[in-house]
Amino acid sequence: MLRIDCPCCGVRDHSEFRYGGDATAERPAHDNPDLDAWYRYVYVRANPKGLHREFWQHVLGCRQWLVVERDTVTHSIHSVNFSRRQRA
Amino acid sequence: MTPTEKRLASGGYLDRSQVLKFTFDGRQYAGFKGDTLASALLASGVSLVGRSFKYHRPRGILSAGAEEPNALVTVGTGARREPNLPATMLELAPGLDAASQNNWPSLRFDVQSVNSLFSPLLSSGFYYKTFMGPSRRAWMFYEYFIRRAAGLGKATMMPDPDVYDSRDDFTDVAVVGGGAAGLSAARAAAQAGARVLLIEQDFEIGGRLLSEPAGAAWLQAMRTELESMPNLRIMRRTTAFGLYDGNTLALIEDADPFAGRDMGAARKTFTLLHAQSIVFATGAIERPMVFANNDRPGVMLNSAIRAYVNRYAVLPGRNIVIATADDSAYLTAFDLLAHGARVTIADARPMAEPTLLTRAKQMGAEVHLATNVANVKGKYAVEGVVLAGKAGTTGVSCDLVGMSAGWSPVLHLTSHQGVKPVYRPDIDAFVPGPLPETQFVAGAATGSSGVSAAIAEGATVGRAAAAVAGKVGTVAEAPALEIEETAGPTTVYKPIFGQRKAFVDFQMDVTLDDIQLAQREGYESVEHLKRYTTLGMGTDQGKTSNINALKAMAKLRGISIPVAGTTTFRPPYTPVAIGAVAGRARGHHFRPYRLTPIHDWHTANGAQMLEVGLWMRPWFFEASGKDVNAAYVNEMRHVRSAAGIMDISTLGKIDIQGPDAATFLDRVYANGFASLKVGRARYGVMLRDDGIVFDDGTTTRLGPDRFFMTTSTAKAADVLSWLEFLLDTAWPDLRVSVSSVSDEWAGMSVAGPESGKILAAAFPDIGFSNEAFPHMGLAEGAFRDSPLRIIRLSYSGERAYEIYVGASNGEAAWRHLIDAGAPYGLKPYGVEALGALRVEKGHVAGPEIDGRTTLSDLGMGRMVAKRSGYVGEALSRREAFTAANRQRLVGLKCIEPGKRLRGGALLFAPGEPLEGHGHGRMTSITYSPELDCYVGLGLLAADFEGDEVIASYPMKNEVVRARVVSPVFLDPAGERMHG
Repeated sequence: MLRIDCPCCGVRDHSEFRYGGDATAERPAHDNPDLDAWYRYVYVRANPKGLHREFWQHVLGCRQWLVVERDTVTHSIHSVNFSRRQRA
Repeated sequence: MTPTEKRLASGGYLDRSQVLKFTFDGRQYAGFKGDTLASALLASGVSLVGRSFKYHRPRGILSAGAEEPNALVTVGTGARREPNLPATMLELAPGLDAASQNNWPSLRFDVQSVNSLFSPLLSSGFYYKTFMGPSRRAWMFYEYFIRRAAGLGKATMMPDPDVYDSRDDFTDVAVVGGGAAGLSAARAAAQAGARVLLIEQDFEIGGRLLSEPAGAAWLQAMRTELESMPNLRIMRRTTAFGLYDGNTLALIEDADPFAGRDMGAARKTFTLLHAQSIVFATGAIERPMVFANNDRPGVMLNSAIRAYVNRYAVLPGRNIVIATADDSAYLTAFDLLAHGARVTIADARPMAEPTLLTRAKQMGAEVHLATNVANVKGKYAVEGVVLAGKAGTTGVSCDLVGMSAGWSPVLHLTSHQGVKPVYRPDIDAFVPGPLPETQFVAGAATGSSGVSAAIAEGATVGRAAAAVAGKVGTVAEAPALEIEETAGPTTVYKPIFGQRKAFVDFQMDVTLDDIQLAQREGYESVEHLKRYTTLGMGTDQGKTSNINALKAMAKLRGISIPVAGTTTFRPPYTPVAIGAVAGRARGHHFRPYRLTPIHDWHTANGAQMLEVGLWMRPWFFEASGKDVNAAYVNEMRHVRSAAGIMDISTLGKIDIQGPDAATFLDRVYANGFASLKVGRARYGVMLRDDGIVFDDGTTTRLGPDRFFMTTSTAKAADVLSWLEFLLDTAWPDLRVSVSSVSDEWAGMSVAGPESGKILAAAFPDIGFSNEAFPHMGLAEGAFRDSPLRIIRLSYSGERAYEIYVGASNGEAAWRHLIDAGAPYGLKPYGVEALGALRVEKGHVAGPEIDGRTTLSDLGMGRMVAKRSGYVGEALSRREAFTAANRQRLVGLKCIEPGKRLRGGALLFAPGEPLEGHGHGRMTSITYSPELDCYVGLGLLAADFEGDEVIASYPMKNEVVRARVVSPVFLDPAGERMHG
């Protein structure tokens, strides 16, 4: 029963969103051929207790991909930001 | 109706002008509006209302609330039969039809009550120990009979004809419980300016105040005030049954049986309530005492007796023994004495509050201190008790026994989120643990006793709860209530061992002996105790039994109660009709299917429709054949010999724009797109990051910076999300926008040798010669008032065109093509033929792109041989994907005349035993009219030797030989689609 404060649409129920996994995993550059870097990005997860950054997409709203900072113990949400870095 | 024998002449919260007739076990009775089924039965002199779960012992009414373990009834008949409803919570309504449970042939004479004679055998674990042999199957055999013998009511097997709603709701402050504390909290929070929702499980607000004659005026004034507050709502008949993340409460509301229900109105409503802050004013439940035969009809909780006397104006007995370990029972005694009943008090404590003792004696009660009930006489109704005191045992005749062993705060909701209850030895009870700062408790739920304390606590937390929501307006002091109060218990009540048939859990038939047995056999932890004896596992979830069981176990082990610990409380607090949680989302409303813009034409023209993923699509057309097997083959033949038209509006369609769009697609697709010329289309395959094939489709370049992508029907939403993910998170520097246009465009495909002529007839402004409009070419135009896109693409292997027009013109364009194509024999075809045509041509689809296959597996490795920098590239090169036994796409041709292939069949080598998973499997099959045999696609180990396999289909015991061939069964050079 999470409520996510979408920076575009306001507070919405989590059922409007799609979970997108760990936002702390560093995605290698598209032309990086390093198998090990991709292996770590795709498969290796920390499963932290406490604050965690994760991707959510507001699929039934603005469709923006967001970075949600959530406490895995209390499920409280500390921050919600657009994942796309704003261009000047 | 007859004047009922136990109803008092006046008093109670009853509307005596509304006489309600109801049926119990086929006999008609009457009660008043304001009665529960339990109070109306008691008023009518009915005290035997059910049989117990295991021993089939006669049972009556124990409580007056949601904790009731005994008086469970089945209401309604046919499809509306609902079992295990506590009579104490059933609001009496006109025509209520209830029946007792777990008895045969009748409640009075129940055959299986002989179980009671064998009860020494039927102790905990008996079934499992006894019915173990001679083999494992034995238990399966015995279980059927055991399950038939034990049990509660039976639910209907018919579909539920009623309607339910589910909804979300929002409030600043939620107050759970409408007793003194809850009313006071709601009032204070509302006065402070907060939006308040007061939730009461009963049909009447007031809680225990309804049992306090002296509280009536205060309650009436409070109710009037609250009902006049515009920012305060009251939900009656509503149970908050679960607490979830983010201060979300799950509520279940019963419809008011007296409000006329419109057609389609909900019987129950499920609400997810999102609250800024929550006040738990859930009160407390009185605990039974544990003594021999304490389950006989006529043994009740003292607080329940008080509720029946004062709220329902029922005097359930005239000669009453009140057993207690607690002062509050004296108030029950005083009320009974005032109504002229004879009362004997057996107080387990050596001393009680002197003023209470004096008054009890003045009013004519006989009081025995340091005295316990040792046994109860009577089977179907109480006839007397044996009292055990310092001076030995004495028999006392009576027709009702009251008991109270202290109070348990209702802390279930507060601990649903993991807050552990805390034991308070001074009041001998568990109370809620430290709650988050947005949650509060007030009144008896905190362990405090007395109405004035509840009112004061309610006011304090109501104000604090409003402050959480930022509402800090002035709160006027709550009106005071002058009422007789009692203090808490002075000693801790402990069950006395050595008594037979002394029930701890009434619903699950667990006795003190069972708990001793569990301890002897090593099931000492409360969680083991619960599972071994089934204690607390009934529909009442052990509301009256948990603490007594815990005390018994603590005493047996010689440890303190907090060390023994409690079991975990989980939602729901009371049983919830699953239909209400589903609400209107049942049947097709659970996952509504989508209709294409051409749907109505299909159904009007003999299409058999099929649910495909989210969509309804034509399966086959009746004109093509009498059943699907005949029809699809005819439709295939027709496409290959003349032309067919197919609705492809379900494909995912994505508009891609921006200066970097070509670069973006060049990375997203494994095969290259940077070189695609304007006005041309290309087949593309996407991989996932892990190197597995994700989806395929075609993308057409409409302009230098603009592309039109189609995806498979099934993956449309996932592909769009994936493209958005890559642009938002991975490559924000790419200047590209993607947008779904799936619903904006209707799509149809015309395939077959005559398709070019049909298109030329339909759209004379466009040239359809091979030179002007080659395979993989694009033409744009207009149809009526919408844009038109025609792309020459082939899925079937024939010359074919995909035509896209605005969705609102979809059916018109379809009709236009049907008319233009009529001279050339154009006919519609369905998804069965579509799938068959692509198998013949060796095109992969969902059964092959199954989330486990790579490009090389599907024979498309060459597409990316000289490429790099695309999604999934690095991990697609891992060693495991090049293993020698990797299963690769092959064609399979049935070589036994008269036999067929089946999708899912396992592939073995000839002569090999047909065991295990084989060397691969058949993924897609079809009958091929071209080859006049069954053909299929399959995945077969690359190191498989030989060109023949045995395809085994164990589900139908079919074994057939097939030849391994190229997956392209037809026109390998592609002359048909280019020609």
